[in-house]
Amino acid sequence: MQAIYRNVFGGKSGLIGLLILAALIFVVMPLSMDIFRLNLVGKYLTYAFVAVGLVLIWGYGGILSLGQGVFFGLGGYCMAMFLKLEASDPQSTAIQSTPGIPDFMDWNQITELPFFWEPFHSLTFTLLAIIVVPSIFAYLIGVTMFKRRVSGVYFAIITQAVAAILTILIIGQQGFTGGVNGITDLKTLLGWDIRTDSAKYVLYYVNGALLLLCILIARLILATKFGRLLLAMRDKEDRVRFSGYDVANFKIFIFCVAAAFSAIGGAMFTLQVGFMSPSFVGIVPSIEMVIFAAVGGRLSLIGAVYGTLLVNWGKTTFSESFPELWLFLMGGLFIAVVMLFPNGLAGLYDKYAKRFIVSIRNMGSGFLDKRTFQKPAFMDRVLMQAKLQAIATWLGQIRPQRDDLKHKQPA
Amino acid sequence: MDTNTSVALAVEDLTVSFDGFKAVDGLNFYVEKDELRVVIGPNGAGKTTLLDLICGKTKATSGSIKFMNKELTKLAEHNIVRAGVGRKFQTPSIYENLTVFENLEVSFPRGRGVLGCLGFRRTPDVIQRVEEVAEQIFLKDLLHSEAGLLSHGQKQWLEIGMLLIQDPELLMLDEPVAGMSVKEREQTAELLKRICKGRSVIVIEHDMEFVQRIAHRVTVLHQGKILAEGRMEKVQSDPKVVEVYLGH
Amino acid sequence: MEGMSLSEWGSIIAMQGFAGISLFSVLLLMALGLAIIFGQMGVINMAHGEFMAIGAYTSYMIAMFVESYAGWFMDYYFFFAIVAAFFVAFLAGYAAEYLLIRHLYKRPLDTLLATWGLSLILQQILRSSFGAREVSPPLPEWLIGSIEIAEGLEIPINGLVVLGLTAAVTAGVFYLLFKSRWGLRVRATTQNRVMSGAVGINTQKVDRVTFALGCGIAGIAGAAFTTIASTGPTSGSLYIVDTFLVVVFGGAASLLGTIASAFSIAQAQSIMEFFMNGSMAKVLTLLTIIAILMFRPEGLFASKIRK
Repeated sequence: MQAIYRNVFGGKSGLIGLLILAALIFVVMPLSMDIFRLNLVGKYLTYAFVAVGLVLIWGYGGILSLGQGVFFGLGGYCMAMFLKLEASDPQSTAIQSTPGIPDFMDWNQITELPFFWEPFHSLTFTLLAIIVVPSIFAYLIGVTMFKRRVSGVYFAIITQAVAAILTILIIGQQGFTGGVNGITDLKTLLGWDIRTDSAKYVLYYVNGALLLLCILIARLILATKFGRLLLAMRDKEDRVRFSGYDVANFKIFIFCVAAAFSAIGGAMFTLQVGFMSPSFVGIVPSIEMVIFAAVGGRLSLIGAVYGTLLVNWGKTTFSESFPELWLFLMGGLFIAVVMLFPNGLAGLYDKYAKRFIVSIRNMGSGFLDKRTFQKPAFMDRVLMQAKLQAIATWLGQIRPQRDDLKHKQPA
Repeated sequence: MDTNTSVALAVEDLTVSFDGFKAVDGLNFYVEKDELRVVIGPNGAGKTTLLDLICGKTKATSGSIKFMNKELTKLAEHNIVRAGVGRKFQTPSIYENLTVFENLEVSFPRGRGVLGCLGFRRTPDVIQRVEEVAEQIFLKDLLHSEAGLLSHGQKQWLEIGMLLIQDPELLMLDEPVAGMSVKEREQTAELLKRICKGRSVIVIEHDMEFVQRIAHRVTVLHQGKILAEGRMEKVQSDPKVVEVYLGH
Repeated sequence: MEGMSLSEWGSIIAMQGFAGISLFSVLLLMALGLAIIFGQMGVINMAHGEFMAIGAYTSYMIAMFVESYAGWFMDYYFFFAIVAAFFVAFLAGYAAEYLLIRHLYKRPLDTLLATWGLSLILQQILRSSFGAREVSPPLPEWLIGSIEIAEGLEIPINGLVVLGLTAAVTAGVFYLLFKSRWGLRVRATTQNRVMSGAVGINTQKVDRVTFALGCGIAGIAGAAFTTIASTGPTSGSLYIVDTFLVVVFGGAASLLGTIASAFSIAQAQSIMEFFMNGSMAKVLTLLTIIAILMFRPEGLFASKIRK
C-alpha cells in the first residue's frame, strides 16, 4: 500500500498535484463554464493525452516524435468509422444511390462498403481497434527504426515524413476516408445522441477520467526500473546497451504506450467534437503537440496537461481577436520554451513557486528562530548547486573533446 | 583453433577497416582465465577499437572472436554482455541523474526484458548485492548521493562497480585510472588485483607505473597489429617497443 | 495508350525524364544549403524553406520594381535577382545564427523546435508584408516558352535555366568547400572543433558563415523557384520534409550523396507520377525512402567511421 502510494501518486507532493488537477478538471471547470466552453476544454484535454505520451517518449526517453498526430488521428478515425456506420443506416441514407454506406463513399461512386470498414460495425471491435491499431502501427515504426538504431533528428524527420504520408493518403483516398473534410456528421453512439448537452457533460467527465488514468499508468511505468532505464537510455544509451539491455525493445514499448495514449485522446476528440479530419494528423498539429508538452515541462506529466490547456487557451483567445499576432506568439513560444525555460511551467514552478512556499514556511515556523530565518533551507541547496556547477564545469573542461564531438554526430 | 582450455578469450585474424584504413589488422590475441592483461600502445594503435570489437560496438570486417568457445562477432551487444563480457568506457559512462545505488541497481543482472523491468522489485538480495559492490568500489558512504556529484575518480569506480555487479567473466576497462589522484590510483590497483580472481580482465592504460603494478602480461599494439607481448620487463626492453614509443 | 508509336513513347519518356530533372534541380538547390548546414554543422534548420521564400520574395520585389521603373532592364533583372536573393537570405541567416542557433549547438532536437518557431515567425512576417496570396513575378521574355529538340519533344526554357543554375551553384559549393581556404576551415571545424580552435580558427565565425551560406543558397533556390512556380508565405514549408529526406537519404555529410539522392528521388517521383496519381506517387516515393533508410540509416553515401 505504502509502495503504491509512493510510486503511483508520487508521495505527498505528487498526490497533491494530482488532486489539484482532478479538482480543476472535475469541479472548477464544469462549475465555472457553460457547456460550449467546457466542451472546448474537453477538446483541449484530448490533446493532453498526446502531450502526456510525449513526456514519456521525449522528456524521459529522449525520442522526439514529430508524428504523434498520426496516432491521435488513427484513434480518432477508428472511433469515427464506428459512429459513421451507425449514422449511415439504410433509412437515413435512403436517398443515396447505394443506401447503407457512408455518404462520402456514395459521392465517390463507391457501391459497396470496403472490407476494412466492415468490422467497425461492432463497438467492441472499435474500442479494441482504437488501442490496438495505433499500437501496432507504432510497433512497426518502432521495430523498423529503433532496431536499426535510427534516433535523434533522423527519427524526428522520419516520423514527420510518416505524418505527411498518412495525411496525403487520407486526402488522396477520399472514397475510403472522407478525404480532406474527414468523417463528419457523427450523431449517435449505440443510439445515444452525442450532440446533446448532457452527452457532452458525460463525455467530458469520461475524458477527464481517462486522462487521469493515463497519467497514473505513466507514473506507474516511470516508478519502476523501466522509468530509470528510460532516463538512463536518454543520457547514456551505450552504457545501457552494454549493461545487457536490448535498448530498442524499451524504446518500442514506450513509443507504443505513447501511441496508445494519443489514440485514446483521438477517439475522445471524435466523440466530443463530432468529427475527425486529416488536419489533426499531419506535420503541423503533430509538432504543435510537442510544444504543448514543452510548455508544460517535458519531464512533468501533470505539467503537460497545463501546458496543453494554456497554449490552446492562448490560441483560441488570440486567433479569435488577433490572428496575425498568434503565429508570432506561437513561433516565439517555440523559441522561448527551448532557450529560456527548457523545463517549461513545471520548471518555473520548481524554481520559483516551490522556493517561495519553502521560504514562507520557514519564516512562519521560525520567525524568531535566527538560525532558520537567516538561512532558509533552500539557500543551502542553491549554494550547494552553485558549487557543484562550478566543479562540473571544471571537470568538463578536462575532457571537452568528447562532448564537443557529440553534437557533430546527431545520429 | 586453440584448444587450450585455460584460454578464455581467443581473438583470431581479426580485421576491421574503416573506408580502407585498417584500425585492427589481422590480430591474434589470447587472454587466459584469471589473467589481468594490459594493452598499451601509442594513440591510434587500435586499443579502444579492439575493445569495441570484442564488445560488439564495432562490427569486425573479418576474423573471429571466441569467448568461452562462443563466437561473439555475430552476437548483438546486449547478448555479448549476457555472455559474460563487461566493458568500461574511456570517459566514465554512468547515469549522472541517478543515485549511486540506482546506478548499481539498474546494472543488476535481473529483469533485463521490458516486462522484467516493469516487474522488477528491490528485494533484499538486490540491496545486499548493491551494498556489497559499493563496499568494494569504496562508495559505500555515497550510496544515496547523485552520481553526477561524484569526483572523476569515483565515477570511474562506479562504472567498474556497475560491471562487477553483473559478475562478468571478462572485464574490459578502458583507461580506468585517468583523472585519478595518486591515492585513488593505489586503491584502484588493489581493486583490480582483487577482482581479477575468477575472471579475465583486459585493461587499456597509459600510466606505465600503474601498468607495472597490476599487469600479469602486457600486449603492445601498434598500427592495429601486435608489436610485442609478454611480461612487463621483457616488453619494456624490447627495441621495437622503444622505437615506437620514442621514435617520434 | 495503345497504338502509340515507338518514337511517341520515346518522347514521352524523355519529357517525363526532363520533368524529373526539373524537380531534381529544385530539390538539389534546396538540399544543397541544407546539406551544408546539416551535414557540416549537424544543425537541423526547419526554417530552411522560409529562407527560400525570402529569396523568392526578394526576386519578386526586384521584378516588380524593374517592371514599374526600369522596363529596359527587364531582360537582365533575373541575374541581379539571384545575387540579391543570395545576399538577403545570407544576411537573414547570419542574424538567425547569431540570435538563435549558436545558443543551441549541443541540443539538436531543441534546435529543431526553435527553428520551427522561427519558421512560423518568418511565415507570418512574409504574410503580413506580402499578403497570403501566392504571387509570381513577371518573367523576362527569354525565359518563357520551350525549345523543340526533336519532333514532339519540347523542353521548357525555364527548366533548362534552373538546371544550369543548379549546376553552377553545385560547382560553386564544391569549390568553396573543397578548394578554398574557408572550406578547409569548415571541414576542420566539423571534424575537430577543439583542435580547430587551438590552431587559430575562429570556429564561431566559421559556424556563422557556414549557416549563413546555407541560407544564402536557399535564397538562390527561392529566386530560381519563381521562374517555375508561384510563391506564397508557406511555399517553403511545403518542401521542407522532402528536402530533409533528400539530405538524410544521401548521407548527411556527403555532397555527392545529396546530388545522387536528389536525382533518384526526383526521377522516381516523376516516373511514378506517369503511372498513378500524384499523391500516390508521393506516398510511394516517401515510403521507399523510409524503407531504404531502414537498411542504411546513415544514408546512401555515409562513410564508415569509428563512433
